[in-house]
Amino acid sequence: MIMADSGSSEEVAVIGNTDLTSTESENNIINTMVEKGTALLRKLEINVAEAEKRTGKNTVNMQETYTVYLIEIRPAETVPEGGTPAAPDTLWRRYSEFELLRTYLLVTYPYVIVPPLPEKRAEFVWHKLSADNLDPDFVERRRVGLENFLLRVASHPVLSNDKLFYLFLTEEKGWREAVLETGFQDKADSRLKSLSAMFRVKNPDKRFTALKHYSDELNTVISQLLRVRARVADRLYGVYKVHGNYGRVFSEWSAIEKEMGDGLQSAGHHMDTYAASIDDILEEEEHYADELKEYLFYTDAVRSVCRKHELIQYELEMAAQDLAHKKQQKEELATGTVRIFSLKGMTSKLFGQESQEQRESRLAALEQSIREGEETVKEKNAECQEFVRTAWEDIERFKEQKDKDLREALIGYAIMQISMCKKGIQVWSNAKECFNKM
Amino acid sequence: MSVGAPRGLASSGQKPITEILHPLSAAEETLSPGPDVTVSGGGEKDSGLTNGTPVETSSPASASLLFNRLQLEDDLDGDARDPYASTETRDLFVTVDDPKKHVSTMETYITYRVSTKTTRIEFDLPEYCVRRRYQDFDWLRIKLEDSQPTHLIPPLPEKFVMKGVVDRFSEEFVETRMKALDKFLKRVADHPVLSFNPHLNAFLSAKDLNKRQGLALLTKVGESVKHVAGGYKLRARPPEFCAMGEYLDTFTQKLGTIDRIAQRILKEQSEYVTELREYGTVYSSWAASEEELRRPLEGVAGCVTTCCGALEDLSENMSQDFLPVLREYVLYIESMKNVLRKRDQSQAEYEGRLEAAILRKQEDRTPMPVEVEKCQDKVECFNADLKADWERWQRNKRQDFKQLLTGIADKNINHYEKCQAAWESLITLLQEKQTEDKTSETN
Repeated sequence: MIMADSGSSEEVAVIGNTDLTSTESENNIINTMVEKGTALLRKLEINVAEAEKRTGKNTVNMQETYTVYLIEIRPAETVPEGGTPAAPDTLWRRYSEFELLRTYLLVTYPYVIVPPLPEKRAEFVWHKLSADNLDPDFVERRRVGLENFLLRVASHPVLSNDKLFYLFLTEEKGWREAVLETGFQDKADSRLKSLSAMFRVKNPDKRFTALKHYSDELNTVISQLLRVRARVADRLYGVYKVHGNYGRVFSEWSAIEKEMGDGLQSAGHHMDTYAASIDDILEEEEHYADELKEYLFYTDAVRSVCRKHELIQYELEMAAQDLAHKKQQKEELATGTVRIFSLKGMTSKLFGQESQEQRESRLAALEQSIREGEETVKEKNAECQEFVRTAWEDIERFKEQKDKDLREALIGYAIMQISMCKKGIQVWSNAKECFNKM
Repeated sequence: MSVGAPRGLASSGQKPITEILHPLSAAEETLSPGPDVTVSGGGEKDSGLTNGTPVETSSPASASLLFNRLQLEDDLDGDARDPYASTETRDLFVTVDDPKKHVSTMETYITYRVSTKTTRIEFDLPEYCVRRRYQDFDWLRIKLEDSQPTHLIPPLPEKFVMKGVVDRFSEEFVETRMKALDKFLKRVADHPVLSFNPHLNAFLSAKDLNKRQGLALLTKVGESVKHVAGGYKLRARPPEFCAMGEYLDTFTQKLGTIDRIAQRILKEQSEYVTELREYGTVYSSWAASEEELRRPLEGVAGCVTTCCGALEDLSENMSQDFLPVLREYVLYIESMKNVLRKRDQSQAEYEGRLEAAILRKQEDRTPMPVEVEKCQDKVECFNADLKADWERWQRNKRQDFKQLLTGIADKNINHYEKCQAAWESLITLLQEKQTEDKTSETN
C-alpha cells in the first residue's frame, strides 16, 4: 500500500536503526521513488495490487499466455482515520496496454521526460533469478515496476492531468479505442520518420547538447554498473554457498568426535544458515538493481526529448534557410545581378531578358512566399522557444528527482550492505560460540 | 651458572624446581650425562625395534613401565580436571622466530632463532639462544624418532616444495614455515618424555650441532627397510588401536575436505574481490559525471574499496594461518599412523617369538626365554606410551582446532565489522547532505 503523503523524513529517521525487515525497507524505497504530493496522487491512491496469468487467443488466433495486472484506485481523502478504507475500484491491464499508454504520452508530450516502463525482458540479472517472463519473481518485480510507473505519471505535473491517463485507471473497456481515436499514431509515424532521417542541426542548443552527452554517459555507466553488479552478486553467491560445505563436513566430522562433537555439529548448522542467507540478501539487492535500471531507461526518455528538440530546431533552421534563399532570389531579381553561377542565369543569358511583366509577377509571387516564410519562421521560432521552455522546466524537475531518488537508492543499498554485515557477524558469532564449547 | 637457579622463569612464580620435576625425571636423571656425550651416543648402534629397553638410549618411560603408566594416568586425570593445569607445571619454554637469510657461495638458506628458557637441571644455563636451519630440525626429528620409537613425534613442515611454484625465500613462505617449526618444537618441549631427550637438549643449547648426518641417514634407511620387511600378520590387534586407526583415516579424510573447501573459498573470494574492485571503479567514474551525486557516489566507491581491503585481509589470514595448520595436522596424523604401525610390528614380533617359544617349550619343556619376556615388556610399554600420546594428541587437537576455528570465526566477524563501519559512515555522509538540503529548502 502506497500512501501519497507519507513523509520521507520518517524514513530517514529510521535509517540509523537499520533493523528493517526486507518488506519494510522495500516499501520505504518504493515510497521514496516517487515525488509526493502532486496532482492526481493527492486525490487518488494507486496500486498495482496483483498479477495474474491468463491464456487467450491473439489476433492471428494463436494460443498465448500473458500476464494481467490488477490496478486499484481509491479516493485518498475518503480513507477515514483508523477506519477501514472504502473498497477500491479495480481493473485489469496487460503490459502491452501500459506500453500503449506510454507511447501515447511520449507523442503527446514531446517535451516531457516520460517515466520508463519496467523492462520487458529481464536484463542484467543475477544468474540465479530466472529471466523467464512468466517466472513469478519476474512478474512480481514487474508488478512493482508498473506500479512505480503509474505513480510517477500520476505525480507528474503535466502527465497527471492527461484525460486518457485517467481513463486508463478508470475505464477497462474502450480505453484502447479512445487512445487510438486521438490519432496520435499518425503524429507518431510522421515524427518518427523524420527522427530516423539523417539530419544535422547547424546551431545546436548547448544545454541540450550537454544533456544529451550526459544521458549517454549515464546510460553507459549504469549499464556497466549493472553488468558488474550482476557479476559481483554471482561471486558473492559462490563465496557463501561454498561455506555451506563446511556445514556438511563439520557434521560428518562431529560423528567421530566425543567432546568436540556437539560444538562441531551446531557450528555446522550455522554454516548452513550462512550459506542459505545469501539467497535473501541477493534477492533484496535485486531491488537496488531495479532502481538503477529505472534510471537506465530514463536516459532513453531524456535522449528522446533532446532528439525532439533537435527536430524542432532543424525545422526552424530549414524554414529560415528557405526564407533566406527566397530573399536572395528576390534581390537578384530586383537588381538583375547574378551573384552565383546558376542554370537560371545561364538560360536568361542565352534566351535574352524576360519581359517586364513576367518579372513583376515573379517578384510578387516571391514576396508572397517570403511573407509566408517569415510567418513560418516566426511560428517555428515560437514553437521552438516554447519547447525549450517547457522541456527545460521538466528537465530541471527530472534532475532534482534523479538526484533525490539515486541518493535514496544509495542509502537503501548501504542499509542492505549493513544488514548483510550484521547477518554475517551474527552467524559467525554463533559459530564462534559453538567452537568455544568444543 | 648454577643449575638450580630458575632465573629465566622467576617471574612465573613457579614452585621450587625439585617439586615440579616431571615424575619421569627420576629415571631420566640417571642417564643424563650432558648434551655432548648423548649426541654422540645416539640411538644408532642398536636402534629400531630390538633396542626395547637399553638403559642409555630409550625413553625413561619404558624403564619403569608400571610406574610410568600410573603416572601418566594421574597426569591425565589432572588435566581433565583443569585443562590449563599443565601449563603451570611447564618448565621448558621454547620459541622459534627471527628468520634470517644466509647467502654463501655454496648455498642460500634460512636460519631461525631458537630461544629457550628453562629451570630444568639438565640444562646448564637457564636461557639459550641458538640459530638453527631446517636441516637441524630435521636432524632432531630423526633422532627423536630413532631414540623414542614408541612415541609420537610431532611432524615438521614438508621439506620439499615445488620449485618454481613456491618461492622458498619469500617472506610468506618463511613465515609459515617458521610458525610450523615453532609449533613442532613447542610440542616436543611440552611432551613429558620427548622433552627430556638429550638430543633436544643438544639442539636447544649446543653452539654447534654435531649432527653426524651420514649416520642419521643410515638409520633412516635401515628403518624403512625394516618397515617393508615387517609384513607380519597380527593375531588380534587390540580394538582400541583399531579404533585409533579408523579414527585417523576418517579424520584425514575430513581434514582433506576442509582443506579443499577452504581453498575453494579462497578462490571464490579472490574472484569476488576482482569483480568488486571493478564495481568500485564504475562508481568513481560515475561520480565524475555528476554534480549533486558526486560525493555520494565517491562515498560508495570508497566503501567498496574498504570492503575489498577487508576481504583481502581475511583471505590472507586464511591462507597463512588456517591452511598451514590444517596441513600440519595431516602430517601429524601421518606421524600418528606411523607409530601405530610400529606398535603393530612390535606386537607381531612378540607374537612370533612367543609362538616359537611355546613350540619349543612343548618339545623340551624349557622355561620361557628372557627375550620373549622382553618383547612382551616392549609391547606393553609401546601400548602404554601410545595410549598416553594418543590422549595427549587428542587433547592438543581439541585445543588446536578450538583455537583455529574460533580464530577463523573471529577473522570473519572482524571482516564484517570493518565493512559495516564503512557503510555506516557512508550513510552518515549521505544523510548529512540530505538534511542540509532540507534546511536550505525551509530557509
